[in-house]
Amino acid sequence: MSASPQADVLIIGGGIMGASTAFFLRKRGLSVILLERGLVGQQASGVNFGNVRRQGRILSQLPLSNRANEIWYKLKELLGEDAEFLPSGHLRCAYDSEREAVLEKYASECREWGLDLEMIGKAEIRKRYPWLGPEVIAGSLSPLDGHANPRLAAPAFGRAAARLGARIIENCEVLSLERDGLDFRAICADGREFRAPAMLVSSGAWGDRMSAQMGEPVTMAVRGPQMAVTEPMPYKIGPAIGVAVKVPEESLYFRQVKRGNIVFGGCGRGPASADTRRAYVLPQITLAQFRQMARLAPPVAKLNIIRVWSGIEGYMPDDLPVMGPSAKVPGLHYAFGFCGHGFQIGPGVGDVMAELIATGATSTPIEPFSIRRFSA
Amino acid sequence: MAEPGVIIIGAGPAGVRAAEELVAAGLQPTLIEEGRRDGGQIYRRQPDHFKREYTTLYGSEAARAADLHQSFDKLRARIDYRPETLAWNISEGHVHLVSEQRSSRLPYSALIICSGATDRLMPVPGWELAGTYSLGAAQIALKSQACAIGKRVVFMGSGPLLYLVAYQYMKAGAGVAAVLDTSRLRHRIAALPKLLARPAVLRLGMGYVSALRRAGVPVLNGIQPVAIDGDREDGVRKIVFHESSGAVREIECDAVAMGYHLRPETQLADLARCAFRFDAGTRQWFPDVSMEGRSSVAGVYLAGDGARILGAEGAENAGRLAALALLKDTGRSVDANRVASLLAAQEKMDRFRQGLVQAFPWPADQAAALTDDTIVCRCECITAGELRRVVRDMGAQEANRAKAFSRVGMGRCQGRYCGQAGAEVIAHACGVPLEQVGRLRGQGPVKPLSIHTIEEQA
Repeated sequence: MSASPQADVLIIGGGIMGASTAFFLRKRGLSVILLERGLVGQQASGVNFGNVRRQGRILSQLPLSNRANEIWYKLKELLGEDAEFLPSGHLRCAYDSEREAVLEKYASECREWGLDLEMIGKAEIRKRYPWLGPEVIAGSLSPLDGHANPRLAAPAFGRAAARLGARIIENCEVLSLERDGLDFRAICADGREFRAPAMLVSSGAWGDRMSAQMGEPVTMAVRGPQMAVTEPMPYKIGPAIGVAVKVPEESLYFRQVKRGNIVFGGCGRGPASADTRRAYVLPQITLAQFRQMARLAPPVAKLNIIRVWSGIEGYMPDDLPVMGPSAKVPGLHYAFGFCGHGFQIGPGVGDVMAELIATGATSTPIEPFSIRRFSA
Repeated sequence: MAEPGVIIIGAGPAGVRAAEELVAAGLQPTLIEEGRRDGGQIYRRQPDHFKREYTTLYGSEAARAADLHQSFDKLRARIDYRPETLAWNISEGHVHLVSEQRSSRLPYSALIICSGATDRLMPVPGWELAGTYSLGAAQIALKSQACAIGKRVVFMGSGPLLYLVAYQYMKAGAGVAAVLDTSRLRHRIAALPKLLARPAVLRLGMGYVSALRRAGVPVLNGIQPVAIDGDREDGVRKIVFHESSGAVREIECDAVAMGYHLRPETQLADLARCAFRFDAGTRQWFPDVSMEGRSSVAGVYLAGDGARILGAEGAENAGRLAALALLKDTGRSVDANRVASLLAAQEKMDRFRQGLVQAFPWPADQAAALTDDTIVCRCECITAGELRRVVRDMGAQEANRAKAFSRVGMGRCQGRYCGQAGAEVIAHACGVPLEQVGRLRGQGPVKPLSIHTIEEQA
């Protein structure tokens, strides 16, 4: 017997947004068909840095981010695996008093949004993290943030959703989307068609193509994160670490995985192509990262890198995602274009979108991310 | 900024002959060599102050080695030669080089990649023990430093290098405990018609085998490895295997050199965005390249064992052909007869290559039979059982997907040692053809790169 091409909800795209939405929709008892062009979590969800970081986010995103953080702490219980989530804390460093003031201002403002940060002064930061470079004069620690393995997280949601009965269909490219009576209809490259009265477009860097088909075009740029990883060394760094800088060319962030390797990125983004689905690491950015690593954490600069990688991320003009109901079509929802900071909030996006699709409303404010802001 | 010119990567037989052709046509190519000296792996030149004779170092190939070295010495002043320089990346029309922790980039108008090959390896329980080397590494120890990898060495695997290195060890006075070949005599007999394409080379190979036998070295065919036995402190103690009769046998040794012929080094071709094709005969991926050396990317040429494993003489021809193709493609006149005769020679080389593939088959079945606790990926210590788990429980049926989930191929060697055997394990575990498993995508840096590396401003 062939499975029905009809479900309660059709999800277009199996990144962490689509996969976690499928999972939480099944938790709410709705039937789900998820269509993924390649493999679940293979694009931006799988190649990003892996920060499970709340601090530094725009304040209006913190309710969503807090909701996601609770899910990260329950991941093992929910999915049966933890995607190597390490509640290591996240430290944001400053090289000068101007940036220190920015950190202080953020720390005081984010408190009422439910995020408690600890400001650490010069003497204390040197005591706690003696391997930080001499230029680091202050930091803010978010003790309940952490990091996880992006290669594992979205596929774990996909498999857990499938175990709960969601139909996760990989290697199935959607050619066109349309409204057909009360249903949405997705027509695939292999000729298959799927239908549902509700639909989520969670197509990442290809979300603009899908929203345009539904009459809501947006302007999106694609870029590639510039990642590198070192050979392993004994596990001792602790928190995921970033530095607040004025110019993106000096940005750097790194984390040490339990296996011992140090993953880092920053200093700008590289070229990516949504058409060829390739993104490249620019060697000059890798070398720029080396300079910044020697500045931020000199002992790490004694290591070798063994590999670099990139991926395709979608960026919106205002650096905020497109998330929430369509402004035009009832039953249609969006969650794409997360501008390189979607990984941490991913599970929260899934929980919120499932709530929204199942009940018509959500207790978490997401209005700032509405696609409405781009309509003429 | 320098004008883009022709860059040749690798000063082995292919790279040196390519440079020679370009210089003869009036060009001044840049020749990049990772090692200290030219000659490649096969004609590796000994360090300064080592005084061994050519015949001692290169045996029957002494004349060819001397000829290549002399050709290089004549070229040296007429090319931009950069030894001890690693081409660590290729991006946007530039080769990125690193030497003594300084990185620079060099624009190219055309690129000839002569990156060579490394040993093709199949895991065996215990191959992570100290004292286990690849055949190539065992040979380098001898050629470069006049060292043996052990006092009683077992040579195990298959392919021409197995006998050559064992023979060289024996001649150098090192203890050869046994030569264990997984291929069967009938494979070699069936391959004879193709191997006769190069009768002199065939005779040489047979000579090595009989010399080893005459010296009393056990030379066994059709064996199946069981394990390399030993402990973490003292390393290799013995090797356990099935004889062709099926009987279990052990041989005491303090080192094992293993390898199953060669695999191409293709990271640079990958970074230059060359297309690849699956070679069903050898069950491995090669850059898609014509016999003239043209890759799928205009202006990028590939020659030598990194493109097609034809051995040293074939690599010399391939280097010349790639240079001639480049000259032709850039509007220079090229002697068509010369190209034709080189191509004819390469056809013979290729026929012999096919004979070797048939005579010394890659033991794909061994990957399927690996016990779950055997380490497949030595860098990351990942077992066959773990790799099978991600295939079965996590649905990873493609090489890069399985790497993402299991870490096989994610370590220091970037899949050089484990990639091919890993792909066999995946294919068998999910019951799909090997070709469908795909290949690990190459990423920079080509070799580990120190974060201390400083960018030189152009």
